[in-house]
Formats: sequence, structure tokens, C-alpha cells
Amino acid sequence: MSLYAHELRAQQLSFWRSRESAIFVFVFPLLLYVLLGSVYGERIDGRPAGDVLLAGLLGYGCANTAFAGLAITLVLRRESGLLKRIRSTPLPAATYVGALLSSVLLTFAIQTVALLVLGNVLFDATWPERPASLTVAIVLGAAAFAGIGLGAAALIRSSEGASAVVNVILLPMAFLSGSFGPTRDFPDWLQAIADVLPLKHYLELVDGILLEGEAVWHDPGSVAVVVAWGLAGLLVAWRRFGWEPRER
Amino acid sequence: MPPAVRVRDLRKRYGALEALAGVSFDVEQGEVFGLLGPNGAGKTTTVEILEGYRARDGGEAEVLGHDPGRAERAFRERIGVVLQHSELWPQLTVREVVRVFAGYYRHPRGVDETVDLVGLAEKRGARVKTLSGGQKRRLDLAIALAGDPDVVFLDEPTTGFDPSARRTAWELIRSLRELGKTILLTTHYLDEAQQLADRVAVIVGGRIVELGTPAELIGASARAEIRYRSNGEQVVVETERPTAELHRLTGEALARGEELDGLEVRRPSLEDVYLELVDENDA
Repeated sequence: MSLYAHELRAQQLSFWRSRESAIFVFVFPLLLYVLLGSVYGERIDGRPAGDVLLAGLLGYGCANTAFAGLAITLVLRRESGLLKRIRSTPLPAATYVGALLSSVLLTFAIQTVALLVLGNVLFDATWPERPASLTVAIVLGAAAFAGIGLGAAALIRSSEGASAVVNVILLPMAFLSGSFGPTRDFPDWLQAIADVLPLKHYLELVDGILLEGEAVWHDPGSVAVVVAWGLAGLLVAWRRFGWEPRER
Repeated sequence: MPPAVRVRDLRKRYGALEALAGVSFDVEQGEVFGLLGPNGAGKTTTVEILEGYRARDGGEAEVLGHDPGRAERAFRERIGVVLQHSELWPQLTVREVVRVFAGYYRHPRGVDETVDLVGLAEKRGARVKTLSGGQKRRLDLAIALAGDPDVVFLDEPTTGFDPSARRTAWELIRSLRELGKTILLTTHYLDEAQQLADRVAVIVGGRIVELGTPAELIGASARAEIRYRSNGEQVVVETERPTAELHRLTGEALARGEELDGLEVRRPSLEDVYLELVDENDA
């Protein structure tokens, strides 16, 4: 337990100390919320804009922190030899991965609170009626996107390409899934693509909880899609992830 | 005392390449043992098998009574590793990095003590990214010592160093010996092996071709060279009986009333012996 706490502390220290990751992962979704909140009017499709965008950015933030941030960090650490170096210490691999995932979840939890406060102060967003459901959704989403992040890290070969590959996936996915605004008027084929993406379904969960006051299990289909993506990512990671640099 | 490291007929193959073709040696406790060889000879493969990174294809390996192939936690508690290439968190300070690594061990060495030991006391609060190459390498050594290991593996600890940084690193490695650590180091620098190692194994093409103290390795070759100039021409006489040969040459010169210009008798240096070994075995 103390080894886990020690590693979690180390993960958090290296995350917050690195300005690039702290800005890209933590500040960027908040910034987007402020920007989008300022350009949309009071209502989006007849619903309060502050709440709609809050749900959208909780989704984007989740994918950004748990999928993009985690994948990039892991590839950089692997290619720099840091993961290999840590492998020869007594720290068990499971403790390392557990602390890494907990660190991602903790970061996203803080981000969620920051987004809620920001929405409440700036855009009249309401506090969630179902905090327990929201918490479950956040843990589920962070776990699923972290699973996809682990899988992506296993497939990405070089540290130079990591950020590019991850963003080429993340930004279109967030756009198609409705993180940045409604997708109702998108052409059918784009909506069809969005329908298989995990973020679309995660957003439906969060949107339902925040705006409709639904419980997280109200939409088991979406829960299933999110979980399936997370498991698929984990499966890829299980089969393909290595601790040693790929290049060299 | 059983040896700290025991290797018998170690074999490793990467596809068609036979990286290790039966390597055997012991490293005694408290000894500094050098694996010397050209690039691609199998040094890193050997060390990485002993560190628990690679599975061996054949033979036996034992480090402090553990099979490194199982890489148990108890084994990892007692070894320290300096990899050929590795970078640490650039944004953390020297002290923070050492503290993170010390925290992985049950009985770590004190953080400040470790930082002082590798000569980074003045850089304690400096971010890793601001360190010079030599200082980063010292930090690599610091984290290898953070768990107070009994055996330290150093894979090419000074490659890429300028001469003065190498000398400082050598001092550091000597001070480890004084702490009673067993050290297995790989190098392709002869002078490094000669300066640091109690015993040296020369490895070429996945085989150990010579093993002994630096003095023994030089002594293993009985050959000597006698050089002088005669009528402006350099004459080199190679002989295994330098005393008799020198007696004959000087006797003849004296009889002719000549001086042998630039007369010198040279024993081969470790470098000569090494290059000869590499040439013989690398064909």
C-alpha cells in the first residue's frame, strides 16, 4: 500500500511539474469551455448552453486526460528508457500501472470539479442533481479511455509521432461526438461514424446525468459501448505493450 | 564466500544471430569485473540477462543466489542498474528523482547521502533538464545506488564522456569498490577496464577469448618488440625472448662500435593484446 502511495505521489509530481502536460491535459479543456461558452448563446437546441457544453467538455476532458495524455506520457517514458529503468527496481509492474491509472483518474476528478465550478460561475450551469451517478460515469469513462490510451501507447512506435497520432484521433472524435457543440445537423455518414465512437456514448451518459437528471444505468447500451472500447484497448495493451524503447 | 555472479555456458540467440555462444565467468564479492569488447560482442546482452531484462536460451546464471531469469522482487532489491541509455523526468530535481527511486526499496540508502556520494551535492535542487551529460550520468549512478544494492551493473558508464568527465566517473566507481559493492561493468574502452577492473574478460563475437587481471592479460603475451634505427631505417624485431635478443643486438653493435639509435624495448600494452584478440576472433 505504501509503495502504491509513493508511486501515485511520484506520478502526480511528474505530471504537475511538467508544464506541457499540465497545460495540454488540464488547462486546455477549461480554456475550450470558456471559449465555446462565450461564442454560443444562452441556449443550444433549446437547452441551457452552459450545461450542454459542460457535458461536452467533461467528455472531451476525459478522453484528453485518460486517452491522449496517458498515451503520450507512456510512449515518452518508454522511449526515454525510464520504464525499462523502473522495471529493474523492486516496484511491481502492477503497482506501477495501478498508480499510473489512479493518477490519471485523480487528475480528471480535479478537472471535473474545475469544470463544474467554472460552468457554475461563468455560464449559469447547474450543479449535478445526481452526483453519485456522475461520479460513477467519470470513473467508468476515465477507466475506459485509459484502457484505450494503454492500447494506443502499445501501438505507437516513436515519441516524435505520439502527440500527432493521438491528436489526429482525439480531435475529430471529440468534434464528431459533440464535445464542442451539437451534431444534429451533421450529414448521416458522419453521424454513423460517431455512433461507434466511445466518446459519443460517454457523452450521452454524461449529458443524460447532467441535463436530464437520469441515472448512469438509464442507458445500458452506451455503458456497454464505453466498456467494450476500454476492454479492447486493454486487450491490445496486454498483447502488445513493452517496457523497453521500440527505437534503437 | 560464494561468487556474487556466476555464469556458466550462457547462450542467447536473436534470430539467426548467435549473440552469446557459451559465456562463463564468476564475479567474486567485492570485485570490480570488466566485460571488455567491441560493439556487438555480447556485452550488453550478457549484462541484461543478469539484470533480469532478457531470458537466456541456455546455460546458467546466478546473481547473489538468485536466478535473474525469474527477476523476483527480492533479487531486484539487491541490484543496482545503470543502463546504456535512459533518461529521467526532466522536470524533477536531482533530490526528487533520487527520493522516488529510494522509495522503491525496503532498505534504501539516505537520499542526501546518495546525492553527495555521486558528487551532485551542489545540484541537489537543480532540475534534471539543466544537468550536463556527465551530471546526468552521475544521477543514473545515484539512482542505481539508491536502494543500497550489493551488486551494481554499469553498462558503458562513460561512453560519450570527455576525458575529464571520464576521470571523475572513474574516481566515483573506485569509491563504490570501497563501499564493498560488487561491480560488473561493460566497456569498449581499454584504459577504462585497465583503470577500474580487478579482472577483465575480453568478449568477442559472443565468446570470452581471454580472462584475467589486466597484468595477466598483458603477461599472457610473451612477445616483446625491440626497435631501433639503423642507417635512418626503423628496425622492429619481434621476439619472445627479448633478453637474449637484446644481448645479441647490442653485442653486435658494440663489436662494430656503433650506437643503436632510438633503441627501445616495448612490452605490448593491454591495447595491443586486446586488438590482437579482437582481430584473431572477429574473423
